[in-house]
Amino acid sequence: MDKVMSNRLVAAMYVLPALLLLLVLVYIPIVLTGYYGLMQWDGIGAMTFIGLDNYARLLQDGTFWQSANHTFLLALFSALSLIGYLMIALVLSGKIKGANLFRKIYLIPMLLSSVAIAQLWLKIYHPSNGVLNTFLEAIGFSNPPAWLAEPSLVLYALFVPILWQYAGFYILIYYAALKNIPESLVEAARIDGASPWQIAFRIKLPLITEVIKVTIVLAVVGSLKYFDLIYVMTDGGPNGSSEVMASYMYRQAFRSFDFGYGSAVGFFLLLICLLVTWLLRKATASKDTIQYS
Amino acid sequence: MPTYPGTDRGSAWLRRFGYVLLYFLLSLVALLQILPLVWLLLFSLKNNQEVFDMAPFSLPATPRWENYVKVWTEGNISLYFFNSVWITVVSVVFTVLFASLVTFAITRMRWKGRSLVLGLFMVGLMIPVHSTLIPLFSLFLKLHLTDHPLSVILSYIAFNMPITIMILLGFYYALPREVEEAAVMDGCSVHRIFFRIILPMTASVISTTAIINMIYNWNEFIFVNTFISTDSYKTLTVGVQNFIGQYTTDWGAIGATLMISIMPILIAFLILSNRIVEGIAAGSVKG
Repeated sequence: MDKVMSNRLVAAMYVLPALLLLLVLVYIPIVLTGYYGLMQWDGIGAMTFIGLDNYARLLQDGTFWQSANHTFLLALFSALSLIGYLMIALVLSGKIKGANLFRKIYLIPMLLSSVAIAQLWLKIYHPSNGVLNTFLEAIGFSNPPAWLAEPSLVLYALFVPILWQYAGFYILIYYAALKNIPESLVEAARIDGASPWQIAFRIKLPLITEVIKVTIVLAVVGSLKYFDLIYVMTDGGPNGSSEVMASYMYRQAFRSFDFGYGSAVGFFLLLICLLVTWLLRKATASKDTIQYS
Repeated sequence: MPTYPGTDRGSAWLRRFGYVLLYFLLSLVALLQILPLVWLLLFSLKNNQEVFDMAPFSLPATPRWENYVKVWTEGNISLYFFNSVWITVVSVVFTVLFASLVTFAITRMRWKGRSLVLGLFMVGLMIPVHSTLIPLFSLFLKLHLTDHPLSVILSYIAFNMPITIMILLGFYYALPREVEEAAVMDGCSVHRIFFRIILPMTASVISTTAIINMIYNWNEFIFVNTFISTDSYKTLTVGVQNFIGQYTTDWGAIGATLMISIMPILIAFLILSNRIVEGIAAGSVKG
């Protein structure tokens, strides 16, 4: 048994193809991103080493910080929207008939490509023929705004499809976690005279703290990476008012052909993602984990 | 049924009212999740005049299926569609096979460095695709793989590997040791144990990961958009984006194109919804 199952050659054969792909296509590129960030490079011609110039430029680049601000705002929205998802999951996990069906319907938008969702919502937001403004005019608003063309509105307008797309995902995660709580615990509390509110907030929520922490990390780190939807719907416009870090990186590299500077932005994005994950994990780490199974 | 303290007629009424309110709320959310898609279906069956003159949610007088025929035959949509199909299938098969091999070697075999390798894959979950995009582009450029489907397929396999392994892990850990012990007694080689015994035993979790991978790959945008520039290799997500660029004013054609692009996933969901729900839950909660 031991001899067969600790055959190193076989283990290597099984692991290496995948590991090689991971190293070559994921790990080496992130190192290279940091390295390219030290270069002046148009992506095709020769690279010139310019030290930390790109990173210094990054720190003074107002447009970059504006896009970073938008990114953080989206992260904040996403984290806050978790409260709503949690409430819906709490309701769903109670003894509600058809909970399964609801949960599945909620999930549908998440399965669709961001490009299709973006195109659909472009039509919903269409200033004159979109379903939103048609509706607003029907109920008496004479001049509804062109949602995606207003610098002050565009970020909020973009947040709605994001909310719409991911609602089912988080509701599903919370629902699954809540359903994992043994019925006996809830039953015991009920017999002791706990009200539904007390059961929800004093018993169920504390029991799924770990899952809530994971979703906060997922939501925040996910927002740092938003790209497809914004790229298709506004491409960062109007006038940079919906630019986020990922779209700014893409613009610098693949539109302005400033691959060195784009890499610096990409490397910054990587550091922020890792840092935020680490900080959130640390901030929400608990000493005692709850075991109930 | 246990008896609840304080269950008199008044609170029973209150409870019923509460239920109605909750159902109303849940249905409202469900409606909001579904209505945009219903609207999409409706306008994909109308012409511009009908889209603009009729109420948004009115049924078309005669459904204009010709919108679908038109976008399928006139543009490259059918080509993009088949590219999406084969690129998705190839990527899913290799991702699931490689991930199964790795998970088997990590959970069932004994060798030094198992936890390090597992750690590398798990940290991979946190790495944003965007931060790797520029080096990947220049790497594929050097290998003459830009504008080649291999660039996209390899990227899909590498980037979906961590999540696939993560979903497989729990399942593999739960398999009883006796399975291998009995097989080794009978003189099975490791390959035989993996391909003939373990792999068939993991069929259910494999189908879950395959579906999750399929959804990711079918919808993927940024790799194709960056690496592929020739129409003949584009997939549906990128193709749809360009196609709509040419048809900015024909809402029926746009609607039909979008419907074609989301249809396979919707059909898969109708047939396999339990598996999909399971897979998404497994892929996230255990993290």
